[in-house]
Amino acid sequence: MRDQINEELRQLEESIPKIIKIAQDFKLDFYPMRFEICPGEIIYTFGAYGMPTRFTHWSFGKSYHRMKTQYDYNLSRIYEMVINSDPCYAFLLEGNTIIQNKMVAAHVLAHCDFFKNNIYFSHTNPKDIIESMAVAAERFRQYEMIYGQQKVEAFIDSVLSIQEHIDPHRMIKRKEHCINKTKNCCGKKQDATYDDLWKLDQPEHSCQCQGDCSKNKQTKLPEQPEKDLLLFIMENARDLEEWQLDILSTMRDEMLYFWPQMQTKIMNEGWASYWHLRIMREMEINEAEAIEFAKMHAGVVLPSRNSINPYYLGLKMLEDIEKRWDKEYGEGAGREKLFEIREMDNDISFLRNYLTKELVEELDLYLYRKIGHEWKIVEKNWEKVRDHLVYSMTNSGFPVIMVENGDYEQRGELYLKHAFEDRELDIKYLEKTLVHIFNLWNRPVYIETEIDNKAALFSFDGAKGSRKFL
Amino acid sequence: MALTYNFIITREDWSLHRKGEVDQHRHREKVREAIKKNLADIVSEESIILSDGRRVVKVPIRSLDQYRFRYDARKQKHAGQGDGKSKVGDVLGSDPQQSPGNGPGAGEEAGHDYYEADVTIDEIEKIVFEDLGLPNLKEKKNKQLASESIEFRDVRKYGIQSNVDRKRTILEVLKRNALKGNPGIHGITPDDLRYKTWEVIPKYESSAVVLAMMDTSGSMGPFEKYIARSFFFWMVRFLRTKYQNVEIVFLAHHTEAKEVSEDEFFTKGESGGTRCSSVYQLALDLINTRYPKEDYNIYAFHFSDGDNLSSDNEKCIRLIEELLNKCNLVGYGEIEGPYYYTSTLNSSLKKINSPSFVSVTIRDKTGVYPALKAFFKKPDQGGG
Repeated sequence: MRDQINEELRQLEESIPKIIKIAQDFKLDFYPMRFEICPGEIIYTFGAYGMPTRFTHWSFGKSYHRMKTQYDYNLSRIYEMVINSDPCYAFLLEGNTIIQNKMVAAHVLAHCDFFKNNIYFSHTNPKDIIESMAVAAERFRQYEMIYGQQKVEAFIDSVLSIQEHIDPHRMIKRKEHCINKTKNCCGKKQDATYDDLWKLDQPEHSCQCQGDCSKNKQTKLPEQPEKDLLLFIMENARDLEEWQLDILSTMRDEMLYFWPQMQTKIMNEGWASYWHLRIMREMEINEAEAIEFAKMHAGVVLPSRNSINPYYLGLKMLEDIEKRWDKEYGEGAGREKLFEIREMDNDISFLRNYLTKELVEELDLYLYRKIGHEWKIVEKNWEKVRDHLVYSMTNSGFPVIMVENGDYEQRGELYLKHAFEDRELDIKYLEKTLVHIFNLWNRPVYIETEIDNKAALFSFDGAKGSRKFL
Repeated sequence: MALTYNFIITREDWSLHRKGEVDQHRHREKVREAIKKNLADIVSEESIILSDGRRVVKVPIRSLDQYRFRYDARKQKHAGQGDGKSKVGDVLGSDPQQSPGNGPGAGEEAGHDYYEADVTIDEIEKIVFEDLGLPNLKEKKNKQLASESIEFRDVRKYGIQSNVDRKRTILEVLKRNALKGNPGIHGITPDDLRYKTWEVIPKYESSAVVLAMMDTSGSMGPFEKYIARSFFFWMVRFLRTKYQNVEIVFLAHHTEAKEVSEDEFFTKGESGGTRCSSVYQLALDLINTRYPKEDYNIYAFHFSDGDNLSSDNEKCIRLIEELLNKCNLVGYGEIEGPYYYTSTLNSSLKKINSPSFVSVTIRDKTGVYPALKAFFKKPDQGGG
């Protein structure tokens, strides 16, 4: 056994430089690579946590259990796990055949290229992510020792319930709040009734606040509806302790780090599949290996009746784009176009711009829904299908919840509003989530949404929930 | 060839990396807590009712939900991919029809995961029976209802060290020394040692008989029968676990009533109309012939969907009142089926005003556990 593993290692050590060489010749551009071969449980741990060094929580144990069970019963296998980090850590499954691991290595290089070059990843911090998550996990552990596991766990439960409600587009520093600073940072008061007319030519505010300060006098909290619920709670909840703020802010940072991966799932998996195919074609493999490779590749891109397989759709779209561009602009233009797309797009723009009528029909994509007790295909029109896909990826597929008022009724209560776009929320989940938000805000919370075309308001006051139509 | 590529490939010892296992364990602990909290659901769980004597059952427990804002999957469209021949109207799959009274969100929609927990029936019984007891137990002449108890009744010269009876040993020492003319406690010899021994003695309480009555008429659908049987399943287990020699008599009825075997009671289906008075009359006859009130604590429980011949209702009230004269407790459980009519039997029974008459209405599976608690209120919990 030991010998066999060492032999595997030796073979990989021999073939990985070749794979890297081929990838580089294809102009893939990735971070330094750290391959680690590990047993299934470890890969599943990483899969469940999203990161080898993340904090502990029972919910990760739950996903771990599910993944492991599926693995044990041979229902599904994760072949690899790769982390957006620099150097890039890739974990290969022990027990994979050598040819499987070669394909995985090729696949992983393309992922890493994507992490390094796609614009949406430019704000992630691949240099120190592993380290910073490890340090955070250690801090959380300390909190458990000091405040008790139950308390810390319950707090994490609550933060997890709203962890997707961040604003990934607000990487730039926010405008400074003028609250509690000089009364009027622009200095002068308006002297006479018509004085303001003379100022029309001048910039209205010379200070940094760009006009916010004058609104502050009748300040509303937040001034504009705010998408980053986590940040809003961090900055405005009145009763949170230091350790709780630390957990909130850490989990928000981790979500910001994971967000681009959720935004580019189809592209990223398509890109990796596209390249593992091409890299493997350049490898010298024997017939038996070729068959095994073909089998594994087929498994990865297997279509599903109930969902979209991102590996398959992404791969097909990329190949289709390459073909079309080559045809129109000459040999090689297609490849160039692909590199441009991998740099500039996310799933939404990718599908919006490049999913064609021909492809929707060729792939036999459709929409289905529940009618009575049956799930039925209801739409095959290509534009409707495309638009639905694009639409369902808005905000990475999560409902958009806006903070409308953090001082509702002047009682410090939290009023949220679902930015309703024709899709109703799961009411049971909504009501239970309100309880979690109450745990963070510690004052009554409200959320406005729509049910059957009517505006409805749900609330939770710490003891009981209520709902009414507005 | 010198390597110019920046890569490392390693294989480390991961055997101490148990993060996933540890958190999985915590999840499991939380599932067990959830079992306790969700007894109402678990008590009516099919895998237990049909467990057929197996000691370990897999209880599907909705894996602990992680709530968040999410869309209602049943109210929106989803994308999928066909084999090239799909067309509008094709059916991809169907959800099983929800059983009546199950309420929405019973777990049929896609994406629900279940966590299977291995639970021993003993474990569940322990939790379920914790709060149950036969109410209003009274002393009766014929004491057959026995539970074992251990009593130290004898003192011997030989025994095990931990059972040394100190008081009697000292007395022996005192006695011996006094006889020798040197009173006081000193010089204990092996001969002085006295040991307690115990005896297992049956502790006789009063005898009890439970009359289990079930409506098996045509209007009792699979759901209603399931509920009634779930209730009786737990009742039988509970009585047999906690008490010895409690007698259980099984009576089934439609328009006519008859005594049946336990097996028949739990498996046989019948049909036809409903005349509840028939089973009350049969119960009374049995009490009069076999279970005299002076000798037995008598309990009568009847489950029905309440869809009784309305001309029969008056008679039912009269018979139940007669039963109440003889029984410690009469319980009536009405299972509200999919049709929310106002039941004639239950509304008639409202006229009965006796602390020994308990009636419950069960609308869904979660009602079985509260029914058990209502009928088998422990004496110390008052009421009854």
